[in-house]
Amino acid sequence: MGKKSTLLSRVIGAPYILWAVLFIIVPIGMVAYYAFTDATGAFTFDNMLEIGKYTDTFLLSIWLGLLATVISLVIAYPLAYIIANSGENRQKIMMMLIMLPMWMNFLLRTYSWMTILEDNGLLTTALNSIIEPLFQALGKEFEPIHLINTRGAVVLGMVYNFLPYMILPIYTVILKMDRSLIEAAQDLGCNKLQVFKNITIPLSLPGVVSGFTMVFVPSVSTFYISQKLGGTGTTLIGDIIETQFQTANNFHLGASLSFVLMILIFICLAVMNKFSDEDGEVII
Amino acid sequence: MKRFLAISFVLAILLSTLAPTCFAIEPEKDYSHLRGTSINVYNWGEYISDGSEGTLDVNKEFTKRYGIKVNYTTFESNENMYNKLQSGGANYDIVIPSDYMIAKLMEENMLVELDFSNIPNYKYILPQYKNLFYDPQNKYTVPYTVGMVGLIYNTTMVDDEVDSWSILWNEKYKGEILMFNNPRDAFGIAQFLLGQSVNTHDTKDWDKAIELLKEQRPLVSSYVMDEVYNKMEGGEAAFAPYYAGDYLTMADVNPDLAFVYPKEGVNYFVDAMCIPKTAENKEAAELYINFMLEEDIAVANANYICYASPHELVLESDDYDLKGEPVLYPDESETPKTESFQNLSYDIQNYMSQLWSELKVEGNTNIDAYIGLSVTLVLVIVFAIFKFVQKKKREKYYD
Amino acid sequence: MKKKSLFAKIYPVLVFGFLYAPIAVLILFSFNSGKSTAIFEGFSFRWYEEVFRDTATLEAFKNTVIVAVVSALVSTVMGTAAAIAINNYKLKWFKQATLTTTNIPMMNPDIVTGISMMLLFVFISALFGKTGTLGFTTLTIAHVTFQLPYVILNVLPKLRQTDIHLSEAAQDLGCTPIQSFFKVVLPQIMPGILSGLMMAFTLSVDDFIISYFVSGTTSQTLPIRIFSMTKKRVTPDMYALSTLIFLAILVLLVISNVITAKSENKKQKQGSKKGGALK
Repeated sequence: MGKKSTLLSRVIGAPYILWAVLFIIVPIGMVAYYAFTDATGAFTFDNMLEIGKYTDTFLLSIWLGLLATVISLVIAYPLAYIIANSGENRQKIMMMLIMLPMWMNFLLRTYSWMTILEDNGLLTTALNSIIEPLFQALGKEFEPIHLINTRGAVVLGMVYNFLPYMILPIYTVILKMDRSLIEAAQDLGCNKLQVFKNITIPLSLPGVVSGFTMVFVPSVSTFYISQKLGGTGTTLIGDIIETQFQTANNFHLGASLSFVLMILIFICLAVMNKFSDEDGEVII
Repeated sequence: MKRFLAISFVLAILLSTLAPTCFAIEPEKDYSHLRGTSINVYNWGEYISDGSEGTLDVNKEFTKRYGIKVNYTTFESNENMYNKLQSGGANYDIVIPSDYMIAKLMEENMLVELDFSNIPNYKYILPQYKNLFYDPQNKYTVPYTVGMVGLIYNTTMVDDEVDSWSILWNEKYKGEILMFNNPRDAFGIAQFLLGQSVNTHDTKDWDKAIELLKEQRPLVSSYVMDEVYNKMEGGEAAFAPYYAGDYLTMADVNPDLAFVYPKEGVNYFVDAMCIPKTAENKEAAELYINFMLEEDIAVANANYICYASPHELVLESDDYDLKGEPVLYPDESETPKTESFQNLSYDIQNYMSQLWSELKVEGNTNIDAYIGLSVTLVLVIVFAIFKFVQKKKREKYYD
Repeated sequence: MKKKSLFAKIYPVLVFGFLYAPIAVLILFSFNSGKSTAIFEGFSFRWYEEVFRDTATLEAFKNTVIVAVVSALVSTVMGTAAAIAINNYKLKWFKQATLTTTNIPMMNPDIVTGISMMLLFVFISALFGKTGTLGFTTLTIAHVTFQLPYVILNVLPKLRQTDIHLSEAAQDLGCTPIQSFFKVVLPQIMPGILSGLMMAFTLSVDDFIISYFVSGTTSQTLPIRIFSMTKKRVTPDMYALSTLIFLAILVLLVISNVITAKSENKKQKQGSKKGGALK
């Protein structure tokens, strides 16, 4: 290739580099700046110290996020596997069905869960009407089940909203898998289960990792889902951050909370990547 | 029927404005130079007649009459409004906050004086709503609505007599109580119950109030603002303290709801229109304020919002559905004890919002999180060790 | 053909049931004759009429589409150029740094991205003593920023697959480098660019969290409007609007699938004909 063309092809990246510096790196610097200053602009550690109060909230957010991610994985993996192994037309239709809900605004879908889970909602009423005779038959006092405003409801909301992000990468990886490896293993006398355990799972790990990231990150930082489906006991870190910026007017505390959240998430992702890298070695 | 009246009334208005010569009230001044401009209006949610179900669309009507586009956005609490305004991210030509927030904005020099010669309809505001405590010389504001906070309850879910805020602390209704999701109103209830002033500057009083709110927290199903409509209408909760006017809207949907002004006292508030310093189209903003005080517009809004009106013509109008409604306009004898919110000092405001943030995360039982995370951590470590050992073994093997 | 196990038949149905339950509820209630989103009172089309009367919602819909189109186009052009450049960078550390930076908006929680951009805009406007910066421009900038990584990551793999020799050959045959790019490289990476564009557009339409922090008075998008509505009472007209959007997308997807299926069929037929002719 001529020298001119390579030079040109490198120069056209300049707008993006400029953009990335201005709108990716500088804004993160702004978060750090606000995190370590007070209202007068003087340097301070007070915001960071105040975060100590929210340790429990951080832990709860990570825990619920983790739970939602693991549940999504358990639901998504078999589905992705089944889809990847079905006929081409069926595959297309099923993938379309998975993408389609993403076009319906996620706020409204969550809101719709509210109407399902409420005490007078569809699911709760249905479940209660099934359970009530059981209780009566056992001669126990009937305690209606309560679904909304619980942590379970929040986790359900997370799983529901982010499940497609788990299915897609796993499906892609399984689809692209080298079939000859599986055949080879079968020829060498592996049974179905062994093939699945020794070939399919390790080979699909990259998909699992990226799915894990795509579900975990939004789950940990959500505020809408916990506000709608959770009650007083499920204030998550996203709620606290949102409050600082939208009503409490404390940008500095909000920025320091965001800063810590960002670092925590990067640590979690780094740990994840470490594992997948090691497994990458195993495969190769 | 209320709805029938509202619709027929609106039809009358529509017909009058659709008439070919457009004999609707011609403004005295010439505003044609404002044609094509726009104003940004920032108001509470559900706080203007918006054209739904055959009501009058006030903003559309304004655009139709004057050719000025209205960018209408809503906030859910005074603090929410202040935040947007103060961050300087967005410029508004009109905001409609409550009394104490107006005092705060005035103190921080964030409002401009109104030119009342552009707002001739100000004369319709009843004298008792002029020169109020937050704006003693009445330079900055024009009252929009007035109201009181009260306690809404569902008669099918409550069998006790309801006359006191203390019922919100009754264990019997655990999980069926809603509470304000803004610090000023929530603290206000605790303070009325404690017999304090809602404007106290003694931090010890605030400490006592937060203790009471923390005590209540386990009973509260959620802290809400306008979500209260759906929850109370759908029978999801037994109690909700909220603004009197909104009760009327809810009772229209769910007739089981009842309303009371608790005996310990309630907050009395005025929401008023004002123009922020950063306004870019002040003349149009004043025109808008004047427009909101036109009789037909004010009546349409009063019918829609269901809050009490400070407007003389509205109270006399035959088209006003809520004329003499006892919840809004109680008799002398039934008027509850009231106190208004005043602007607090900067330190007390900070102290209050800090206590409020603490309340939100207070007493979460997180045992599940502790156990879950520890188990995860152990699993991760075991897995790491396992991998490490495997790797070593393999290295040995290859060696 | 392998025989499908019972599990493989039932399981997808269950998951799709889970995915579509709230949507079914939503569609059902868009036909509610009452005002409630919880109690079904009867069947009517009134909310569909209401949608077209609600000027604020239509305005928000318009804003959403404008922001989505503008930002998706900008990010696709800039992102494609960036991908080509990144592919050609010789300095290893620089290439790595660029790629890492590109990943940040994808790894960062949306709320942090939104806040960081808002802080930047507010800070800059305070520096210049201006107010009212948040609006259409800031919203578009934010959308372009979070779309860029997806465009780049869609285009890069396609670039890696392209055969360098082809473009070299084109230049040997007298093409200028720019000509060779448009005639040889671009067609090869087109699928990546298109899927990047589609993704960027979808993300923009669906984004709420970032827009929530960086939008101003005149740039309310549909998700922001929906959010402020869910703060009070959601009337079924929102459901009606979503149902319409949902149906439109469904129809589009079905049509595009049918077209591709047909063209594939055609190709196959042509292929077999040719094969026949060769015989």
